[in-house]
Amino acid sequence: MDSMTNMRMSEASIEARDIKMSTKGVDVFYGDTHAIKDVTVDILDNTVTAFIGPSGCGKSTFLRCLNRMNDTIEVCRVTGDIRLDGEDIYASRVDPVQLRARVGMVFQKPNPFPKSIYDNIAYGPKIHGLVGNKAELDEVVEQSLRRAAIWNEVKDRLDQPGTGLSGGQQQRLCIARAIATAPEVLLMDEPCSALDPIATAQIEELIDELRADFSVVIVTHSMQQAARVSQKTAFFHLGDLVEYNDTNHIFTNPDDQRTQDYITGRFG
Amino acid sequence: MLPLTALLIFGLAIGFSILARGRAVQVSAGKLASLHSRPAYHGLYSFLWVLIVGLVVLIVLSVGWRLWLDAQLMADIRAALPDAPIIEHDLILNDAKAISDGTLASRTGEVRTSIAAAYGSGNTLRVWVSVALAIASAVGVGFVTLAKISPDWRARNRSENIIQVILWFSATIAILTTVGIVLSLIFETLTFFNQIGWRVDKFLYGTRWSPLSGVQEGVIDGDKVGALPLFTGTLLITVIAMLVAVPIGLFAAIYLSDFAGPRVRAWAKPMLEILAGIPTVVYGFFAAITVAPFIRGSGEALGLSVASESALAAGVVMGIMIIPFISSLSDDVINAVPQSLRDGSYGLGATKAETIRQVVLPAALPGIVSAVLLGVSRAVGETMIVVMAAGQGANFTANPLEAVTTVTVQIVMLITGDTDAKTAAGPAFTLGFTLFCVTLILNMIALSVVRKYREMYD
Repeated sequence: MDSMTNMRMSEASIEARDIKMSTKGVDVFYGDTHAIKDVTVDILDNTVTAFIGPSGCGKSTFLRCLNRMNDTIEVCRVTGDIRLDGEDIYASRVDPVQLRARVGMVFQKPNPFPKSIYDNIAYGPKIHGLVGNKAELDEVVEQSLRRAAIWNEVKDRLDQPGTGLSGGQQQRLCIARAIATAPEVLLMDEPCSALDPIATAQIEELIDELRADFSVVIVTHSMQQAARVSQKTAFFHLGDLVEYNDTNHIFTNPDDQRTQDYITGRFG
Repeated sequence: MLPLTALLIFGLAIGFSILARGRAVQVSAGKLASLHSRPAYHGLYSFLWVLIVGLVVLIVLSVGWRLWLDAQLMADIRAALPDAPIIEHDLILNDAKAISDGTLASRTGEVRTSIAAAYGSGNTLRVWVSVALAIASAVGVGFVTLAKISPDWRARNRSENIIQVILWFSATIAILTTVGIVLSLIFETLTFFNQIGWRVDKFLYGTRWSPLSGVQEGVIDGDKVGALPLFTGTLLITVIAMLVAVPIGLFAAIYLSDFAGPRVRAWAKPMLEILAGIPTVVYGFFAAITVAPFIRGSGEALGLSVASESALAAGVVMGIMIIPFISSLSDDVINAVPQSLRDGSYGLGATKAETIRQVVLPAALPGIVSAVLLGVSRAVGETMIVVMAAGQGANFTANPLEAVTTVTVQIVMLITGDTDAKTAAGPAFTLGFTLFCVTLILNMIALSVVRKYREMYD
């Protein structure tokens, strides 16, 4: 009964939420390959949005457009309109470096830096000058680790290398690292695909909590995961955005036959 | 005669291997799968046994007999001329061999002629018996291996065992050679220290180096073997070389790995590596003829007094020589830093500079450190450039504009000089031993640094 009420409340509040990022007619080309075709999506604030679809459908590519990570790939070309709070992020006066501080990213494979746990978290705040002194930095590090639900496991060994943690811990460390720069949007590219079920459950729980402060976009292979953690779902197929709607709607009553086929396991 | 026999044994081995293959096919009676080992392994087994037995018999017999023969002849010489010094005995034996071989002897005489005759007959016997026995044993072993061939005969396992022994033997030779060199270095070093009355401090901390200036009397003067100027000279040139090589090499590596496009990289990296292929002697005369006068000229224009052969010239050119080592090795380790680490940093809003400085370089640091230490080893051991460009005067100075000399240069001077090799050997070996210790320590540090940090990214 309780959860029903909660769900209805969250359903209702989705509609009221602001648009955090909007994309209109986005095309992405890798050399001659047309990887993303005319995609239009609005990412809402304080919402988990899931991108699902079969391998190679372009969901990761599209995710990487949202913080211009594709800039590091030479042959990649992005056209169309992508806005963060109404501001065109591909405009020439936008510095991708500053953009990425606002739109953080967590990757498929945990990639802690070969530094201590503390330095891994402190890296972002330091380079962006978010903290004035050591005490503030300590505070940011602790807060980030707490919010990534890993503080209790690492608080006694902050000076040890982050690479020495287990896979699930490493991934939560990477999430903490992304949170530490105080982004507005958090992009997650299959954050659980390298993890075991228990670590996955922890990360999913964490994602749900993060929604309170960020807009979260998650790419996932697992439809169950999308159904569990997200409020909005976008289904990609062969570079097209097939369907974008409330998660409940997509998983119970999809509008498109391809979505229906995919979520019922006919292909993918 | 003996080399020809070795070749013949090789031919025999090939012959027996072909026979063994044929025999294996024959015993299989048309069903090759019934053999435990493929015919090729039966061939290999025969080949290895024939070759090894033949060569071992040949070498052991001929060398052993030769030693025995020489000992016999020496005994005869001693009996004939009991009063002559040992060096005279050696000379007589050499002359006798020369007379017997028909080449030029330093002197002839009655004793020499008789010894020559004895040597001639003994030697002929030695050669013929060795050759005959070697061939006979090779053929014998060949037939034994042929006789063993049957479908159940495990020729594959056995030949693999033999090859394993050969591999072990090769590794042992490499290790024993190293041990031998080190031992001879240590032994000669101890002899030298004994000559200067165990005043090791005089060698290590003395500032006057002219070890051969007293040797006419056959004594080495402990006050003239102070190697400190050589050590400081080596250090000075090495420091200058690394000051040139490390920044340029490292920056080149960073450019190549993180900034250059694939097309630039495709030709720039081989170009850099060509630098490593230039013989050091070419760098040497480049330093002496081009760089040293240039430095002297520009120094004088600034009002400095610069020696025509200076540590600076040698160091700079040596640095250029070492650039490709550092850039190529560093480029490899920087490239080996996973792209995911770079992505992670960019994803946090780091700039390229921040990413390289704070993520990529720390991750690549062990590799870079070992590259630098290998470069230092090269610099310390380098000779030609210093001989030509830095001079030979053992000046005790820290001024890079003066001529200095290094450990390696002084070893060259000692060994190539027209002094008695036995006198010059002491200081030369001792310097060599010092050099060996330094490079060994550097290499060990480099290896341990690499090992300590390697597992962090796997």
